[in-house]
Amino acid sequence: MEAFVAVLARELRLAARRRAEWALPLVFYAVVATLFALGASPNAPWLKVAGPSILWVGALLAALLSLERLFRGDYEDGTLEQLFVSPQPVSLLVAGKLLAQWLVIGLPLTLMAPLLGVGFGMGAEVIGVLILSLLLGMPALVLTAGFASALVVGLPRTGVLLPVLVLPLVCPVVIFGAGAVRAAESGAPADAPLYFLGAILVLCVCGVPLAAAAALKNALD
Amino acid sequence: MNLIPNWMHRLASPPTFYGFADRLLPWLALVSVVLLGYGLVGGLALAPADYQQGEGFRIIYVHVPAAWMSLFIYSFMAGAAVVTLIWRIKLAECVLTSCAPIGASFTALALVSGMLWGKPMWGTYWTWDARLTSELILLFLYLGVGGLQQAMGDPRAAARACALLAVVGFVNVPIVHYSVEWWNTLHQGPTITKFDKPSIDASMLWPLLSMALGFTTFFGYVLLQRVQNELLWRERGNPWVVGAALAAKK
Amino acid sequence: MTAILSFQNVAIARGDHLLLRDLSGAVHAGEILHIRGANGVGKTSLLEALSGLRNAEQGEVVRAVEPEACHWIGHRNALNPALTPYENLHFWCAVQGVATDNVRGALREFDLQRVAEHPCRQLSAGQKRRAALARLVVVRRPLWFLDEPLSALDEAGVGHWLNLLQAHQQQGGAAIITSHQPLRAPLQGLRTMELAPDSGTRGQA
Repeated sequence: MEAFVAVLARELRLAARRRAEWALPLVFYAVVATLFALGASPNAPWLKVAGPSILWVGALLAALLSLERLFRGDYEDGTLEQLFVSPQPVSLLVAGKLLAQWLVIGLPLTLMAPLLGVGFGMGAEVIGVLILSLLLGMPALVLTAGFASALVVGLPRTGVLLPVLVLPLVCPVVIFGAGAVRAAESGAPADAPLYFLGAILVLCVCGVPLAAAAALKNALD
Repeated sequence: MNLIPNWMHRLASPPTFYGFADRLLPWLALVSVVLLGYGLVGGLALAPADYQQGEGFRIIYVHVPAAWMSLFIYSFMAGAAVVTLIWRIKLAECVLTSCAPIGASFTALALVSGMLWGKPMWGTYWTWDARLTSELILLFLYLGVGGLQQAMGDPRAAARACALLAVVGFVNVPIVHYSVEWWNTLHQGPTITKFDKPSIDASMLWPLLSMALGFTTFFGYVLLQRVQNELLWRERGNPWVVGAALAAKK
Repeated sequence: MTAILSFQNVAIARGDHLLLRDLSGAVHAGEILHIRGANGVGKTSLLEALSGLRNAEQGEVVRAVEPEACHWIGHRNALNPALTPYENLHFWCAVQGVATDNVRGALREFDLQRVAEHPCRQLSAGQKRRAALARLVVVRRPLWFLDEPLSALDEAGVGHWLNLLQAHQQQGGAAIITSHQPLRAPLQGLRTMELAPDSGTRGQA
C-alpha cells in the first residue's frame, strides 16, 4: 500500500514539475472542439446534435495523445526494472501510475467538458450527465490506453499504432458515454448506459493492471 | 505441463508439426473444394429465390459464413493466445500470428458482402446497423493485432504482446457486440429491415452449412500453410529446416 | 557451504536465437563472480536471468535468498531526470519497503551531498552512477547483481566502490558483476566467467 502511494506521489510530483504535460491536453481538447465548430456553419443546429459525440471523442483523443509515453520514460531510465525486482506486485504499482494519470489528465478533461458543452448548446441536466459519463468513462479510457502503451513500450516510434490499438477497445465506452448524453438531451433516462459504463470501469480496474504488468514484463524480456 | 497429453507435446515440436501439416493439407484442400462447391452451387444456383428479397439474398451464402468465420477465428486466435501466455509454446505463437491476417480477410469479406447486399436491399452501400458495425470494429481489432506484430522486431516478444492484446480484445468482443446492439436499438424504427434470418427452408439451409464448414476447412488449409511458413522462418537456424525446405521444393 | 545462487545449463536467447548456452556455476557467501565478455555477447541478459528479471531459455537458476534480499543495479541508473537523487532514492525505498533514514547518509558517503537536491538531469554521468550505487548502502543485502557498475566512475569513485565491495565480502555477502574491463583490485574470492558467443564458458565459475 505504501508503495502504491509512493508511486502515486511520484507521478503527481513529476506532473507538477512538467506543467505542459497536463496543460496541453486541455488546450488540445478546446482546439478540437473549435475545429468541429469551424467545420460547420456558425451556430448550426447540427452542432447541438453532434455535441455529445464531439465532446466524447475529443476527450478521448486528448487523453490518448498524452498517454503514449506513459511507461516509456521509466523503461528508458531503468526505473521499470527496479519496479520488477521489488517485492511489490507490479500490477499494484501500475495501478498507482494509471490512477495518477487519470488524476492529472483524465480529471481535468472531465472538468473542462462542461465549459465546452455550453458552446455546443447543452443545458444544465445534460451537462450533469456529461460530467457523470466522463467520470465513469475517462478512467476506463486511461486504463485501456495505459495497457496499450505498456504493450508498445519498447518500440522507438509508435506513430499511430497506439490509437489503432486503443480505439477498437474503447468503442463500447464511447457508445455508452455519448449515448448517455444523447439520452439526457432527448429527455430520456440515462441510467442504463451509465450503469454499463460503471460495469466496464469495474472490469477495467480489475483486469487492466494485471494485463499491463504482463505487457511490461514482456517488454523487459 | 501435466495438463498436456504426451502426443500433444510431441505435436507441438516444430518439425513434427510441419510433417503433420504436410500430410493433412491435401485432405483439407479436397474437403474444402467439395464443401464449397456444393455450397456455392446449391446456394447460388439451385436453391429457390427468397420470397421477400428475390435473387439478391443469395449473397448470404457468402456473407453469413464469412461473418461466422470472423468470430470463430478470433476465438481460435484467443485460444492460441492463452496457450502462448501460459505455456509459451512456439507453435501456438505461430498459430496466433498467422490467424490475424486470415481473420481480417474473412471480416473484410463479410463487410464487403454485407455492403453488396445492402445496395439492392436498402439502396445504400453502408448502414450503421448492429452487425455491420460490430464487424467493422472486429476488423479494427484484427488490424491492431496485425499491426502490433509487424511493429515489434523480436518475434517472441511480438507474439506475447499480440497474445495479450488478443485476450483483452476477446473479452471486449461480447461487450462491443452488446453495446452496438444497444446503440442500434436506440433509434431503430420498425421500418428498418435487419439481416434477420427468417425461418429457413432446408433447401436453403444445407448449402449455408456447407459453406460454413467449407470456409472452416479452407481456413484450416490456409492456416496450416501460414504456420508452416512461420515455423520455417522462425526456426531458420535449425537443421530440420533445410530438409523440410528441400522436400517442399520437389 | 550451500551456494547463495547456483545455475545449471542455462541458455539465454534473444528472439529466436540462442546467445549463450550450457552455462553453469555457483556463488557462495563471500564470493564475487565477475562475468566478462565483449559487448553484445549477452552479459546483461545472463545477469537478468540470474536475478529473475527474465526467464532463461533453458536450464535452471536456484536462488537461496528471496528477491527482498538482493540488490539489482542495472546499467541504467533508474533515476528520473526531473527528480533529485534524494527523491529518487526515497521513492526506491518506498517501493522496496525499506526505511528511508539512511538515504541522506548514503548520498553523503558517495559524495553527493552537494547535489542531493538538484534534479538528476543536472548531474554528470559519474554523479548519476554514484547515486544509483548509493542504493547498496541505504540497506544492506546479502546478494548484489551489478551490471557495469564502474561505467562513468572516476578513480576516486572506483576506489570507493571497491572498498565497499570488499567490506560487503567480509560481511559474508556475495556479488555477481558484469563488466568488459577487469576489476583492478586483488579481491579475494573473485572468480571470473568469460563469455564467448554461442558456446559454454571459459574460465569456468
